[in-house]
Amino acid sequence: MAAIDFDVELRRAGAHATVGWRRVLFLAQRHVLGAAGLTIMIVFVLTAIFADFIARYDPLTVDSAHALMRPSLVHWMGTDSFGRDVFSRIIHGARISLAVGIGSTALGGTIGVIVGLTSGYLSGWVDLVFQRVSDILQALPLLVLALIMTAALGPSLPNVILAIAIPLIPTVSRVTRANTLALREQPFVEAAKSIGMSEARIALRHVLPNTLAPLIVLATAQLGSTILTEASLSFLGLGIPEPYPSWGRMLSESAAEYVRTAPWLVIFPGIAISLAVFGANLFGDALRDILDPRQRG
Amino acid sequence: MFAYLVRRLFLMLVTLFGISVVIFFLLRIVPGNIVDILFAAAGYVDPADKANLEKELGIDQPLVVQYLHWIGGFLRGDFGYSYVSEKPALQEILPRIPITARLAGLALLFSASIGIPLGVISAVKQGTRLDYTLRVVSLSGLSLPSFWLGLLILTASVAMFGQIPIFNPNPATWLEAFATYAVPAAAVGFRSAALTMRITRSSMLEVLRQDYIRTARAKGASDAAVNYRHALKNAILPVITVIGIEAAFLIGGLIVTETVFNIPGVARFLVEAIRWRDYPIVQNLVMLIAVVVVSANFIVDMLYAVFDPRIRYTD
Amino acid sequence: MTDTSNLVLEVKNLKTVFFTNSGLFKAVDDVSFTVSRGETLAIVGESGCGKSVTALSLMRLVPDPPGRIVGGSVTLEGSDLLALNEAGMRKIRGNRISMIFQEPMTSLNPVMRIGDQIVEAVRLHRNVSSKEAQTIAVEMLRLVRIPEPVRRAREYPHQLSGGMRQRAMIAMALACRPALLIADEPTTALDVTIQAQILALILDLQKELGTGLVLITHDLGVVAQTAQRVIVMYAGRKVEEASVEALFAAPKHPYTRGLMASIPAVPASGVAAQERLNEIPGTVPSLVRLPPGCAFAPRCKLAIKRCEAEYPPLADWGGGHLAACWRAAEVAEVA
Repeated sequence: MAAIDFDVELRRAGAHATVGWRRVLFLAQRHVLGAAGLTIMIVFVLTAIFADFIARYDPLTVDSAHALMRPSLVHWMGTDSFGRDVFSRIIHGARISLAVGIGSTALGGTIGVIVGLTSGYLSGWVDLVFQRVSDILQALPLLVLALIMTAALGPSLPNVILAIAIPLIPTVSRVTRANTLALREQPFVEAAKSIGMSEARIALRHVLPNTLAPLIVLATAQLGSTILTEASLSFLGLGIPEPYPSWGRMLSESAAEYVRTAPWLVIFPGIAISLAVFGANLFGDALRDILDPRQRG
Repeated sequence: MFAYLVRRLFLMLVTLFGISVVIFFLLRIVPGNIVDILFAAAGYVDPADKANLEKELGIDQPLVVQYLHWIGGFLRGDFGYSYVSEKPALQEILPRIPITARLAGLALLFSASIGIPLGVISAVKQGTRLDYTLRVVSLSGLSLPSFWLGLLILTASVAMFGQIPIFNPNPATWLEAFATYAVPAAAVGFRSAALTMRITRSSMLEVLRQDYIRTARAKGASDAAVNYRHALKNAILPVITVIGIEAAFLIGGLIVTETVFNIPGVARFLVEAIRWRDYPIVQNLVMLIAVVVVSANFIVDMLYAVFDPRIRYTD
Repeated sequence: MTDTSNLVLEVKNLKTVFFTNSGLFKAVDDVSFTVSRGETLAIVGESGCGKSVTALSLMRLVPDPPGRIVGGSVTLEGSDLLALNEAGMRKIRGNRISMIFQEPMTSLNPVMRIGDQIVEAVRLHRNVSSKEAQTIAVEMLRLVRIPEPVRRAREYPHQLSGGMRQRAMIAMALACRPALLIADEPTTALDVTIQAQILALILDLQKELGTGLVLITHDLGVVAQTAQRVIVMYAGRKVEEASVEALFAAPKHPYTRGLMASIPAVPASGVAAQERLNEIPGTVPSLVRLPPGCAFAPRCKLAIKRCEAEYPPLADWGGGHLAACWRAAEVAEVA
């Protein structure tokens, strides 16, 4: 039997860091990728907030004299066919991606939680109807549903947020419903009932907090997918309208046409989308490992 | 089994009916129909002409009548006329189906043949450097927009061959046909391969924690026997479901990829039809997609019964 | 007291720990025992006392991480299992040493036929054709008294009842005629009516095949019916060891006494019939922060200052009756 260094093994198991900052630091070391994801997300959010200070040019100012310039010290990522500074547009694009990501996740998540709690709590025909509606919404691919929604509502930021939020509802409500059903059987819910607590109060005070961890995990996982969907919609010309600097839209303008003549128009917005989504996914994965021990692997 | 089948088929019909209602009314809640769009280009609108055209297209009738007319036609295989091309919608759609089907099939093949083995390896080597690498690669697969991947392929192709690959609808050789479809299929399939890998990995890890795995080890079975004979057989079941669902959701990836590569398939056609507000095409295409998705789910359920001896759908 | 020439298993100072984020967890701490051919040794204790980890340690199936065997030796038929490499250990598992688990519902592979699961165990260790292995599997199913063994062999686990599945598990475990069988709470998950049948079956087969048996249970009633010798474990340590007769006649450890007092009827004499069931106050202490002294002291009516300060060594109180208690001599009188 090989000699075993107990201290090393214990440190690996995290025994030295159970509380406070040491715990956070330990988790960051254990989940290097998650920490990287969180860092990317923080940078992303800060970029969106301070876009006006970071960007070197106005993202909307057209300057046809300087159209399609290669990346240089003046225009770090070059200019597009209207002479707009790509770097500034990408920096401002973070706002749109963030608005859509957070907006639709929050909107879809909130409605989903309400529907899921109601459905799981009331059972009966309400549940049956909600379930069938979920079936209908889930039988259509996310992008197809979002496409039809934006087509119907017209392209604008709030409509895009709504169009992406709606397909999210069944996903969230299913998880909430399943957890609610499982939790309803728990002794503490029985106990709350027996002391005469109202159903709505039980749902909000006891059941909801206990389904929170899987919901946070789900929301983080969905964040990346909403950003991607917005990019796809805008790429197809049915998302955020011109002249707003949506990353997907920037690729649409440059599409096949500029692959040949101005590859920087293809490369940089794509990196921005991928990086933001990658950060959200990395962080979501680590969060799932930490918060949802059943999934831990 | 029979009772289950009947119940399942009935639910499918309910779902499809619901979808048809949702699509139909969604496409009509906005002001401005195809006639407005057609006339907008002309600048001047003669109200009589407009009314005539509306009558001709049947959009002057009550919505319920329009709906019944449409869905009745859909069930008979009569997809109506495209407002834009004035050809029968079916004639527009049919020739595009094989193109998209080939792309989707190839992408799924790509996804399963790469995703499953890598997922198993990642799970078996859990916590190693290899596992880490595979997880990062699969996460990036889920993070790259497939249209950007397509654009990057085009950029690379320009850099290497000086030109963009052009879709050839009538490939001369088998190899040419493969090349025509393989590249866009890989661009779409990368994402599904990543998803398949992740599902396979977590399913394997879940199974490897089970009591019967311990029993197998207690028998003296080797790691390989435990991983493949015992674990994979159980772990593959949820993966089948995901591939089945993914088969339908591939359509999202196909929409953007067909657009990027300029492939005249069904998916790109949907976007064009939406831009034109060409109702007959849009609603029939979306219905078609819904039928494919719902059928795929049904087939997956049946496959599940074949692979899992516990499920016999007796209730 | 044990005939060493007949010794099947000898465990010496076995130590298995778990590295957890709340600290080091000594699941099995310095445990020693032996099992002879055809003998039944019972390991008793509350859940969490380390009895299952002891069993898994013998099989070398402790999940790592977080668990690890860090000391001692496990000698089976003369060879130290802890010194073997993994390939060597695989040749022993299911062949010379087998295990039956607590959960018959989840311990069989749901997508593999019962017969095939037994065939696998046979073919891993015997050089026989697939057909011969099939025959052996059916024979084993007949041996564990499963009716229509040929048909059952072709069925999947979900088609069998819990009792049947446990019989199939036993058939699988005994297929290679092991020298030692470990049964970890083999009847706990079963209906009361089935429990006695399964227990009788295990004992019959043990007699028939001459297998050594380590029976892990929390049920002293089962111990009285089946075992020749008993080990009582508490907080990862062996606190008492004796023959069944000696143990039930005069337990030397207050914890054992407490266990006996907490069951409704003790078959052997030793405890006076009581109106009300006694329970041991308190719970098993956290294994991470064990007191320096006796781990049972906080729950013990007889505890004195010394108990809290110093861990009592295992002492022989005559006839191989071992107990780790400073006040072992007084246990019988006080209670």
